Amino acid sequence: MAQILSVGIDIGTSTTQLVFSRIEMDNTAGYFTAPRIAITGKEILYKSQVYFTPLKTQTLIDADAVREIVAQEFRSAGYSPADTQTGAVIITGESARKENSAAVLQALSDFAGEFVVSTAGPDLESIIAGKGSGAWQYSIDNDCTVVNLDIGGGTSNIVFFNAGDTQGKICLDVGGRLIRLGTDQKMNQKEPSPTVQYVSYAAAEAARLAGVRVEVGQSISRSDLRSICDAFADCLAGAIGIAPVSPLQEKILTPGSDVYRPARPSRRICFSGGVADCIYHQNGEDDLRYGDIGPILGRAIRENRYFKEQKWIQGGETIRATVVGAGTYTTNLSGSTIFYSEGIFPVKNVPALKLTKDEQWAILGGDTQLLRDKVRWFLEQSDAPRMLLALQGLPDPDFATLKKLAGAIVDAMDGSLAPGEPIIVVVERDIAKALGIALQQTGCGRKMASIDSVKIEEGDYVDIGRPLMDGLVVPVVVKTLLFG
Amino acid sequence: MLDEKLIALITEEVVRQLTASGRVILPDSLSAEPAEGKDPVSTDRLLEDPLDPEALERMKKRTTARIGVGKAGARLKTKTMLALRADHARAQDSVFADVDPEFIKRLGLLSIESQAGDRNTHITRPDLGRKLCPKGVEALLAHCEKNPDVQIYASDGLSSAAIEANLEKILPVLVEGLTAKGLKVGTPFYLRFGRVAAEDQVAEVLGAKVVCVLIGERPGLATAESMSAYIVYNSYVGIPEAKRTVVSNIHKDGLTAVEAGAYITEVIQQILDRKASGVDLVK
Repeated sequence: MAQILSVGIDIGTSTTQLVFSRIEMDNTAGYFTAPRIAITGKEILYKSQVYFTPLKTQTLIDADAVREIVAQEFRSAGYSPADTQTGAVIITGESARKENSAAVLQALSDFAGEFVVSTAGPDLESIIAGKGSGAWQYSIDNDCTVVNLDIGGGTSNIVFFNAGDTQGKICLDVGGRLIRLGTDQKMNQKEPSPTVQYVSYAAAEAARLAGVRVEVGQSISRSDLRSICDAFADCLAGAIGIAPVSPLQEKILTPGSDVYRPARPSRRICFSGGVADCIYHQNGEDDLRYGDIGPILGRAIRENRYFKEQKWIQGGETIRATVVGAGTYTTNLSGSTIFYSEGIFPVKNVPALKLTKDEQWAILGGDTQLLRDKVRWFLEQSDAPRMLLALQGLPDPDFATLKKLAGAIVDAMDGSLAPGEPIIVVVERDIAKALGIALQQTGCGRKMASIDSVKIEEGDYVDIGRPLMDGLVVPVVVKTLLFG
Repeated sequence: MLDEKLIALITEEVVRQLTASGRVILPDSLSAEPAEGKDPVSTDRLLEDPLDPEALERMKKRTTARIGVGKAGARLKTKTMLALRADHARAQDSVFADVDPEFIKRLGLLSIESQAGDRNTHITRPDLGRKLCPKGVEALLAHCEKNPDVQIYASDGLSSAAIEANLEKILPVLVEGLTAKGLKVGTPFYLRFGRVAAEDQVAEVLGAKVVCVLIGERPGLATAESMSAYIVYNSYVGIPEAKRTVVSNIHKDGLTAVEAGAYITEVIQQILDRKASGVDLVK
């Protein structure tokens, strides 16, 4: 058995958090067959406070302040950056902008340790939150469909799971901080009407649909705020297939989001994100305690006629779902029969060139020029000096076929890569060790690696960590987006 | 009671006549060769009105066992019964059939026999399957390299189908992979009517440090093409079974032959480095 320490940092529209978790792995195969190392346990060791994300302007993150938070939490947890072997910094929601990512990466650079900085696109964030909330595990344990709605400050990330498979995702600009409010101190009523300080585009659209006026600097009644939140709640219900699709949906769809439409309602609904606490728990506190519409939105969903008819579950995490997901579910293990040159790992932020099935067959058919051109083109248009080649592989190949493939790969990559850069191949099928032997036999002097059982798409960035479990496996983090 | 072979023959004849008459079109699940990658039983929906069809589908995907096939009274449905019989027949065939001599010739392998002499003796007398016939020993001494680091050979064991399905894919990667590690690899050959422990005599005859036999496993109803590698260090006739390292479940839906070959080269390297195999290697 082996274990690694993982850190997850989530920098969202409204909150910033950090968790440390321990990931355990073991050989799950019997004694009489090839090893199969799998993650056997995950345990959260430390959860930070929930901080408001420090901002310089409405949209620009104060990276130095983030750095201070992270440094403080490392100290509180009793770890140093060198202790962590894997993990992820996820920048989500409205914060996921290129300048923010770059600034945070810069500020956190001396925490580098072994962890990665990545921007989660809306789709990736949905999945991470759905895993962190416990919805994914529930769908496996109960062999059923579960939809997770992670409702944060700026966006609602929705993911549909079916027995552990991700069926689809959709992301809407629905969140607790889309309208920010100040209380008018002069008014001495029991429930003073708040003053609008900020209105997002999505909130303005929802207000228009609800027939409510909302303007910065003006006061607004609680019932008008509720009408806006009711429009949001109906829109969420429409998006998960338990109500008619709201006319609001297409207007407030988060840019870059998938538009998945489930064929039938999921069996269970799970909520996470900051607003989830306001959905599950109702207390006597003032709805305007956070100076935003979060609690009112929570109440609107809780009392929504469509949502009320459905069966809800409560996962283990609500506001921390994304950070827990980032800390514990972003690391995967490679297959257990792989090949690599000594000392080649770790590698970070390696962009992947993915071959389609057709291209793979064309290359096996003898078209080596195709691969040469693709590799040269890929290296020219990406800034990175290195790359990896991702392909599906073959179901039950013979060695001669793998040698042909290896020959074409080495021919193309050796010719285009700068001197000293390694040749890294990632295949989906469990054939990496055999392909590795074939690569080695080409006699190419570069460091080489061939790992399998990892699915990578074109445009992904990949981190591969140091080998674990006596060198049988390597940890792999696949990042869908590096910088927005 | 009818002999099983007779039942199989009758079934085959009935099926042949039915299809020849054109009155019945048999589903894929009953044709002799199932479509590639398609489990004939699992994809059929025999259970009527399942409460959760999707869950049933998922469960069926996770196992090759015949679950969710429904029943007729207390018994299996005819379709399930016939598929079961067909699979059973296929399993029996792979035990009783010989590896095609042309196949062995095409791979350029020397073919020798155990002392069993024929298929029935091979099945009923495991002790004879563990001994090489004198002619075989002579042939080995005449044609094979002596004192190799590694001696690899194939044997039918209890499934000829396993050898025909996997040997061609595993041999090249094994031999080339081991040679690339700088090891002296002996001349591969084929042993007919062989049992695992025959490798001990092979070790003695050829003076091999490590012997690795690729042998057909007793077929089950899920696959008849499963092959195993039994690897042993410094073997001798009578060596304890615990000294063998096993890599099992080598077939297209398990560990594929080519990847198994690559893995075995590393296991053999480890065995040579640590001068131990079997449980001694795990210690």
